[in-house]
Amino acid sequence: MNRRHPLVELTLVRFREFVREPEAIFWVFVFPILLAAGLGLAFRNQPAQVLKIAATRPDLVRALRQEKRLDVRLLDPGPAIELLRQGKVALVAEDAPSGVIYRFDDTNPDGRTARQLADNAIQRAAGRSNPVATADRFMREPGSRYIDFLIPGLLGMNMMGSAIWGMGFAVVDARRKKLLKRLVATPMPRHYYLLSFILSRLLLLVVEVGVVAGFGMLVFGVPMRGSLGGLAVLCVTGSMAFCSVGLLIASRARTIEAASGLMNLVMMPMWILSGVFFSAERFPDAFQPVIRALPLTALIDSLRADMLQGAALAQVAPQLGILAAWMVLCFGVALKLFRWK
Amino acid sequence: MSPVPAPPALRVRNLRKAFQDVVAVDGLNLEVRTGECFGLLGPNGAGKTTTIEICEGLTDRDSGEVDVLGLSWEKNARRLRERLGIQLQETQLSEKLTVHETLSLFRSFFPRGPSADEVIGRVQLEEKRNSRVGGLSGGQKQRLALACALVGEPDLLFLDEPTTGLDPQARRQLWGLIAELQRAGRTILLTTHYMEEAERLCDRVAIMDHGKVIALGTPRELIASIGAGHVVRLSSDGRTLDAAAFSALECVAAARTEDGAVEAQVEHLHDALPALLNELERQGQPLTELRVHSATLEDVFVALTGRRLRDE
Repeated sequence: MNRRHPLVELTLVRFREFVREPEAIFWVFVFPILLAAGLGLAFRNQPAQVLKIAATRPDLVRALRQEKRLDVRLLDPGPAIELLRQGKVALVAEDAPSGVIYRFDDTNPDGRTARQLADNAIQRAAGRSNPVATADRFMREPGSRYIDFLIPGLLGMNMMGSAIWGMGFAVVDARRKKLLKRLVATPMPRHYYLLSFILSRLLLLVVEVGVVAGFGMLVFGVPMRGSLGGLAVLCVTGSMAFCSVGLLIASRARTIEAASGLMNLVMMPMWILSGVFFSAERFPDAFQPVIRALPLTALIDSLRADMLQGAALAQVAPQLGILAAWMVLCFGVALKLFRWK
Repeated sequence: MSPVPAPPALRVRNLRKAFQDVVAVDGLNLEVRTGECFGLLGPNGAGKTTTIEICEGLTDRDSGEVDVLGLSWEKNARRLRERLGIQLQETQLSEKLTVHETLSLFRSFFPRGPSADEVIGRVQLEEKRNSRVGGLSGGQKQRLALACALVGEPDLLFLDEPTTGLDPQARRQLWGLIAELQRAGRTILLTTHYMEEAERLCDRVAIMDHGKVIALGTPRELIASIGAGHVVRLSSDGRTLDAAAFSALECVAAARTEDGAVEAQVEHLHDALPALLNELERQGQPLTELRVHSATLEDVFVALTGRRLRDE
């Protein structure tokens, strides 16, 4: 009698279905790494960029060339302003009877920087001396770079996607093919079916988090300042919360189209609002309470606190509470609504 | 010394079920005896699937009684599930699993029964043991579905249209497997709209139409009930023949026209054939086609309802 426990068999089925779907492997493992690598390269820390500007008189050019972070060209006012319009120079320094006029786009950070640098150079050339002596010390420590900000965001986004997609598609597909009905016609206890999703998710989670976090650590030196146990608690709680959301989405839908529409509807706002790629603080204050209550915001904020600041679990208790609330609420409603046939 | 009659494997009394305002099952009575293969034969929409799914505990009934293996779904659902083998009409098993993996999964749900490999042997899928379900032919998939119904060594087997959509060869192979189960003494309830399937496999058949049983008996009894062992079909170059004149003949039990041709149900060919030909000559119509076949369950259905089992 070589009969395995039904829960083991069901979990094995989940695994086999996942492993035998090459697309799923790509989206869960390869895609986040490509994304992290691409964004890490694009936003890598580089020495301050040299800004291109134009000046209309040779003595202005001479004064400006004293500043190494500016690349100055001598041009007549007409062509210089044309280049400014095209964005090919960040600033035009134009002589005027009263002194110098700076033309630049004040909403463009490069324009503002160029203005500061150009003004300093011109004033210094004219004999201004600084009353206070200053010196620069650069902070380029791991933990405060963009890639450090990005990796926890990608981890959270990935956990949300794989839990919701993994749960949603599998359940709706089984319902559509009447496989759910067939399973219900056996003595299989129904909760085993749902439990098998949770078990397989937890096992895959280890690989999923390991791959992305490991990539960040090895390739970009992203820090892991929190304890491994704390990180595990956060990942498990977050993943379970999203499994519940996925189950709720899949509880009634009969077609893949309906389910994927719902999934996008649920995930899209969180991709934008929850601070995956940029800080959620950028949204207006009025939105903040709503943004803080989203499960992805809670997960990403707590992951950042854990990885980058080494926060203890007690410090991310509010976020854990939000995740647990989502988990319990969605699971409860999903069980009430769930349609097996 | 009379043997104690075995209790029926399935008893359905006055079963009713409506979906919105469509009545699917309308006061149905059934009794399946232990050890027999019982067929529900009827056209699409007769209520066969609704009936079998109520018996399988998958659909709730509106009213009536259903006893399965002496147990009721309300009180003994879990125990019943362990003792039933079920094949649904259109389950698509997971395409990414192999035959053996699928059966191991189903086997794990039942407390007793043969091993996955044993069942694979019973449905002749040994060569496909490690093939993905997605790569199986229609007939192989149906055999796998049958195997899934057998893994729990069921006391009662429900087969809902087991051969629908299969090509003739695959159908015959599946019939062979079901006939084997029947010979081994399994209790089977099967639904079908193929009269040949019911005639070959079933010990008793209930003919269903509009949610009711309109005839019940062994295939032989049902065919005998129309009082005519043969059906004679006469065509006259596509002209519409007068059926009434033929049915008035003494040796003809009933006659009807279909696409102009006459179909006459007769008991004794040697009396009826000359009489039919005489009548055709009397009408002055040439004979262009003559076909004779032994009466089938299809003819029983036609005699009872005036319609065919399958609308072609």
